[in-house]
Amino acid sequence: MEMSKNTSSFASTETVEPTAAAEVTSPRIVNADNQGKPVIVVHNLHKTYWLGQTPVHALRGVSLEVSRGEFVAVMGPSGSGKSTFMNLIGCLDRPTQGEYWLAGKLVSHMSNQELATVRNRLIGFVFQGFNLLSRASALHNVELPMVYGGLTKELREHRARQALQLVGLGTRMDHLPSQLSGGQQQRVAIARSLVNSPSLLLADEPTGNLDSRTSIEVMAILQALNQQGLTIVLVTHEPDIAEYTSRRVTFRDGRLLRDEPVQSPRDAQAEWAALAPADPEKTSQARKEGNTSHVRN
Amino acid sequence: MYATDLLEGVSSGVARPAHSPSRKKRGMLPPLTARDFDRVGKLGSNLSIALEGIWANRLRSMLTTLGIFIGVAAVVAALILTQGVSANITNSITSLGTNVITIAPGAATTRGAIAPAGTTQSLTAADAAAVSKLADVTAVSPIISVNQQVIFSNQNWNTRVEGASPSLQTIQNWTIAEGAWYSATDEQSARSVAVIGQTVKQKLFDPLGVDPVGQTIRMNSQLYHVVGVLQSKGAGGFGGSQDDVIFVPFTTAQDRLKNSTYIDQIVVQIDDASNTNTVQQAITTLLEQRHRIQKGNPDDFNLTSSQQLLQTANQFTSILTILLVGVAAISLTVGGIGIMNIMIVSVTERTREIGIRISIGAQRQDIRNQFLIEALILSLLGGLIGLLIGLLIGFGITSLTGLPFVITLTSLLLPFAISASIGIVFGLYPAVRAARLDPIEALRSL
Repeated sequence: MEMSKNTSSFASTETVEPTAAAEVTSPRIVNADNQGKPVIVVHNLHKTYWLGQTPVHALRGVSLEVSRGEFVAVMGPSGSGKSTFMNLIGCLDRPTQGEYWLAGKLVSHMSNQELATVRNRLIGFVFQGFNLLSRASALHNVELPMVYGGLTKELREHRARQALQLVGLGTRMDHLPSQLSGGQQQRVAIARSLVNSPSLLLADEPTGNLDSRTSIEVMAILQALNQQGLTIVLVTHEPDIAEYTSRRVTFRDGRLLRDEPVQSPRDAQAEWAALAPADPEKTSQARKEGNTSHVRN
Repeated sequence: MYATDLLEGVSSGVARPAHSPSRKKRGMLPPLTARDFDRVGKLGSNLSIALEGIWANRLRSMLTTLGIFIGVAAVVAALILTQGVSANITNSITSLGTNVITIAPGAATTRGAIAPAGTTQSLTAADAAAVSKLADVTAVSPIISVNQQVIFSNQNWNTRVEGASPSLQTIQNWTIAEGAWYSATDEQSARSVAVIGQTVKQKLFDPLGVDPVGQTIRMNSQLYHVVGVLQSKGAGGFGGSQDDVIFVPFTTAQDRLKNSTYIDQIVVQIDDASNTNTVQQAITTLLEQRHRIQKGNPDDFNLTSSQQLLQTANQFTSILTILLVGVAAISLTVGGIGIMNIMIVSVTERTREIGIRISIGAQRQDIRNQFLIEALILSLLGGLIGLLIGLLIGFGITSLTGLPFVITLTSLLLPFAISASIGIVFGLYPAVRAARLDPIEALRSL
């Protein structure tokens, strides 16, 4: 009942198309497959925090477009405003000034309730610290966005299993996060971010807590997802990691400093393929995992 | 081999590029449509999340419910106890006879209070005879009351001896276990006959194994012939047993035991309880005339009706109930604060979890409901356990004291109402606090 009220309010929400052509949008928020249209349109975004009486200008007018299927790295030193930008893009916060369209919807002026629905249905989050519920199994963690989306139990379980198989954790669904390695936990988090078919995957330093090997593995998964059409925005301060993306956006002092395509991106999948069999540790881990590869057949 | 479905092509060494059409949709979940969302309500999910939370902190949850269940148990036990007392008093008042007005000498003190008998002497047998002629009066008995040593064979017992008319049997609803009540003839002739209560029988006759009817007992160096034994009426409401009594004809008592023209009580039975007030008025007017009491002067007698007694008793028990339940309610409040305390700790401890839930799309009301349901379950669980323990305590106390064990729907439902409202009242603040958390701050916390 609460949700139906919610969706009706969405129907009345101003769905201004940033591009000229008006488009019939679904009254409900789901991943509308607006092929070719920008997933993110940000116009003159400002964010000002107040520390007592002192204003802190975290963002001073950022404008940006991200098209469908792009893989964007957001870079910049700490204090550059990239985290603030990330929070705004992730609908965890609202801008002080400026507009933000996500998948054709003006989300910068939505209510808390509407933003929660947007986070649930249009955005998948992957965090540096994995942010899994420690008491819940991998399967349960992956189901969670669908629980809040109100999907049926059968569909939830089916999709959660599918997603976990997708990231190669088909045999570890019932493990708790504490029983999984860092890389495995991040893969659970990626599976969780995918289950509601988001328009945008937002990764905040996804490799920050991982060693370089596992980082490549995670980047390989993200690249594979991107190649299948998923739009990804990745925040990182590591130049190496940004080299796996197709576009690099650099922030400084709350402004966009550079926005450039990545010349000849590195291929994480190839690197991972080259690494994987060579590493004895990984091979032994593979054995421990009960040869996950049989899933392929 | 170690691989994911997504990286399948890579790990199996198949040459890139990955953009080949055959791989295009591989490894992606089928897209969702608007119809897939909002299929099931979220209260069920909130409930199971709350249950998980309680189960994850079993010890803490148990200690939290402890506060509630002690409080609820106290309330239930208090209710059962006072209801038992109330029922007991009502029983003994009605067992003294319904539709009964008692006239005692002495000025009326407070309303409904029983003036100590024998302090003033103003009533006579002639008064009783006059009262019996009033309208709506069905039976009257004068009563003389003395404490007397009673002896049978080598047994002796100190008891209350009452001289009364034979009509007292019907007025006070006495049943005869053995023999018969003394007759009107016995009274007219002032015969030395007696009807004894169960307690007297147990004390004097049971040790010797003798059937009392037909035996002779000695009181005040006089011999009395036992003609009947009364059925037990049980404990009196105001202490002492109603069965510890001997009845003798009024005339006999007046001549031989008291030797006075004044009497201690007049018991009046009327035809219907609705006439209580008019008959009381008539009696007052009559006795004021007979005793020549001037207008404005206090009466030298007072009237008590069984109705008034019941009223007084009910007042007394409701005060007792308020008192006991009030004390128990204090411990319930303490229990409720305990729940609030634990819920606040729990919210603080799970700030990050709340941040995760909000970031993946939980609505604020989902978070609020999760914690509210958790508090509600804890308090209802406490209420249930408290109800059971309270019933046990109540049963124990009533069976130890010989009070009737009375359970009303109120004493069963009240604990649930109380504990549910405690859960909501004391759980709301922490739950709202959780729901208002800023997701960015929450995700940053440890």
